[in-house]
Amino acid sequence: MSNGRVILTTERFALTIDRLCHQLIENHDNFQNTCLIGIQQGGVPLVRRIHQRLLEITGVTLIEHGKLDITFYRDDFRRRDKPIRASVTQMDFLVEGKNVVLMDDVLYTGRSVQAAMSALGDFGRPQKVELLALIDRRFNRDLPIKADYVGLRVDSLDEAYVRVEWKEVEGEDQVLLFPHKEE
Amino acid sequence: MQAQLSTKHLLGIKYLTEDDIQIIFETADEFKEVINRPIKKVPSLRDITVANMFFENSTRTRISFELAEKRLSADTVNFSASASSVSKGETLLDTVNNVLSMKVDMIVMRHPAPGAPQFLARNIKANIINAGDGTHEHPTQALLDAFSIREQLGDLAGKKIAIFGDITHSRVALSNIFCLQKLGAEVKVCGPPTLIPKHLPQLGVGVEHDVRKTLEWCDVANVLRIQLERQDIKYFPSLREYSQYFGINKELLDSLDKKIIIMHPGPINRGVEITSDVADSEHSIILQQVENGVAVRMAVLYLLAARG
Repeated sequence: MSNGRVILTTERFALTIDRLCHQLIENHDNFQNTCLIGIQQGGVPLVRRIHQRLLEITGVTLIEHGKLDITFYRDDFRRRDKPIRASVTQMDFLVEGKNVVLMDDVLYTGRSVQAAMSALGDFGRPQKVELLALIDRRFNRDLPIKADYVGLRVDSLDEAYVRVEWKEVEGEDQVLLFPHKEE
Repeated sequence: MQAQLSTKHLLGIKYLTEDDIQIIFETADEFKEVINRPIKKVPSLRDITVANMFFENSTRTRISFELAEKRLSADTVNFSASASSVSKGETLLDTVNNVLSMKVDMIVMRHPAPGAPQFLARNIKANIINAGDGTHEHPTQALLDAFSIREQLGDLAGKKIAIFGDITHSRVALSNIFCLQKLGAEVKVCGPPTLIPKHLPQLGVGVEHDVRKTLEWCDVANVLRIQLERQDIKYFPSLREYSQYFGINKELLDSLDKKIIIMHPGPINRGVEITSDVADSEHSIILQQVENGVAVRMAVLYLLAARG
């Protein structure tokens, strides 16, 4: 993985997260009827970070947040060579009547988001569902899905690969673009 | 990130690797969360048709498989030998091939003949899941037993598990022995000498005939039913005598200086191998086993379907 190009540096990364937080605050005020849900696996560190920043910025003490596994809802089951290992779903609150903000690190074909929306439907009927993507690969969509909040738009070829790295996981906050996905 | 079984059929625990078992458990953990949701259903197998072919009676296993299939959104067809052309003399292969011509992707089969699922796997294309073949194996029962122990005690490595009762006629016993040993547990069996196969020590299993001694040794007691329907001769003088010498009762458990976990694959013969107060006590995880059965079977169906 030596040929990756940094498209979001550590400093810009922090600014982007802060901007997304402020956009969320604009629409959700004190987050009383809002919950943040990260799509496994990329959306989970994103939710953790945004949740933490939102608490710091707003001074609100409680914002409901959780993680949603979409493995069993994927439409490429039995169509890919190797099945994906399931991850944890953890939502200790009801989504019924809530404003849900789904979050994922990279919005690419839109299929994960579609799966997440059907998964979410099994937990209840939210008032409203919004989508936040740290990276939006806007020219690679297979489905008519668009994010409400976008960190950075990336124009890339289908075979390119975007990787989001986190301080608490990889040691540094940054986003890299690779010309090809490596095994 | 990726999870794939090493096999496309579940014929027996013997043919699984330890990794396979761990993948099944990890997947079952997630399905257990799913079946405790308000909407207990996921769409994974919506393009799959499963035939449940039961050539032998079953309540628990059959309902459990059927629920597992429905909760994965699979289409299901049920077949029982008594109400079918088997009674008109059709062979197993013909029956199954006829069912397969109707575009069935997976077959869950219980059959009185040991090896029947192996025979099918050699001859047809669908994924086969063995739901019990004679006195040979009952892999999903062993998986759910081990999954239930793991839930109570964590990692099975080094844990001491004792299997009580009719080992000779039990497919649950053999599958359990394979499964527990693959996960690194120590296994002993305990029962009257007539109901313990003489070659069992070759599998690395301890053999004991004293219930108290075995209970003092083990962390978990898996108590099996006396399979009177498979016993063509008398293996012990009377049920009363069996329950006196080999039955597990409350006084026996209370006299131990530790708390052990009591399991039973069902159906229970209350008052024979286990008394009612033990079966319904806080030691018993019999009903958790049943709940876990659905999650484990969902995991097996899901992972085998993924193999195609």
